[in-house]
Amino acid sequence: MLTKRIIPCLDIKDGRTVKGVNFIDLRDAGDPVALAKQYANMGADELVFLDISATLEGRPTTLEMVLHVAEQVNIPFTVGGGISSVEDVDALLQCGADKVSINSSAVKRPELVNELAEKFGSQCVVVAIDAKQVNGQWKVHLAGGSIPTDIDLFEWAKEVEQRGAGEILFTSMNHDGTKNGFANKALAKLSETLNIPIIASGGAGNIQHFIDAFKEGKADAALAASVFHFGEIPIPELKKELRNHNIEVRL
Amino acid sequence: MKLVIINYGAGNIKSIQFAFNRLGIDAVLSNNPQEILAADKIIFPGVGEASTAMKKLKESGLDTLIPDLKQPVLGICLGMQLLCNATEEGDTQGLGIFNTTVKRFSNNVKVPQMGWNIIKNLKSDLFTGIKESEYMYLVHSYYAELCAETIATTDYGVNYASALQHKNFFGVQFHPEKSSLAGEKILDNFLKL
Repeated sequence: MLTKRIIPCLDIKDGRTVKGVNFIDLRDAGDPVALAKQYANMGADELVFLDISATLEGRPTTLEMVLHVAEQVNIPFTVGGGISSVEDVDALLQCGADKVSINSSAVKRPELVNELAEKFGSQCVVVAIDAKQVNGQWKVHLAGGSIPTDIDLFEWAKEVEQRGAGEILFTSMNHDGTKNGFANKALAKLSETLNIPIIASGGAGNIQHFIDAFKEGKADAALAASVFHFGEIPIPELKKELRNHNIEVRL
Repeated sequence: MKLVIINYGAGNIKSIQFAFNRLGIDAVLSNNPQEILAADKIIFPGVGEASTAMKKLKESGLDTLIPDLKQPVLGICLGMQLLCNATEEGDTQGLGIFNTTVKRFSNNVKVPQMGWNIIKNLKSDLFTGIKESEYMYLVHSYYAELCAETIATTDYGVNYASALQHKNFFGVQFHPEKSSLAGEKILDNFLKL
């Protein structure tokens, strides 16, 4: 059986790992390559690197870091942040990234999803969606969550699936940084209406939150940062507990 | 040991090269027929769309060279699928090494299959030291139907061939280069065949 995936997310700025609390305050949590290797050894199923400085300041994602990660890490990884063209993606894949994640650039020019899927295959196209629930409506936000739009989360997710996205990385802005659990209702709706994998992101605080994201949220994978970076939830313990709750994981 | 990774412009070959580097082997990336023929071992990679990849193979004449290879050849992911008779993806004729057909997963499962799943019914030297039901990383929307050449199976809505072998040709649907230590062990086994 296909297992549920646990994905540490490493936010990158100037080649260092940082984690924004609600995307604003930054705390240094180390060297990305060393952290990546450590996570692979601990049983992480995949890694995501987000160049959080990229969209806000237009800085290109550091290809050199991607190359070092690809050299040293034996599990798949996704790179996101500031990717806006076929050329950007080509360069990242050439350096050894397995997948790329696009966010604001897809909203600005949805055809980018089609272009990437056609040229590189859907399997490497992750569309990241940051959304916030306002008056009961889930609305897509841009540029690291700072710019609201009128776009409905579920309509947008369906559209990118049809355009060739291979996976959705859904971050709830209401939950991110709160450590109060994932947005399970929205996750379950996404998972039931789409036929591509959904990664849950935003809100992980304890092991029960992951159990809920998989059982109630029907997520295919769960992503978190600070609970892993600061050792609050050891991945081996998390996976053991998931298995105790009859959730299939790689152990 | 001269290891060549066939470079025909389809897929993430850097990660395969890096995986062999971690095993202490320098793999050469090449689409040069002489260089490929002179290799001890050959990796036939592939990620992307089948008909596009087959077109690239034909443009470089590799579609006629590959089936005649006598050295151990390991097809990975789309590389394995192109070694089959045919694939539904882009209604593409394959190289006909493995006597099976590649079909699309039905929509009763999420497509692509993305993540770690188990391989079982292992029967090949390729899997020496690999335990039954070991986890491998897979990303694919199409699968090879079970056939006499099946050397590993996986369940995803359907029980399918996740590895194949015919004479000197091996194929794996999963990505050993991305499947942690067990994946590296399979690559090491291939080097020792």
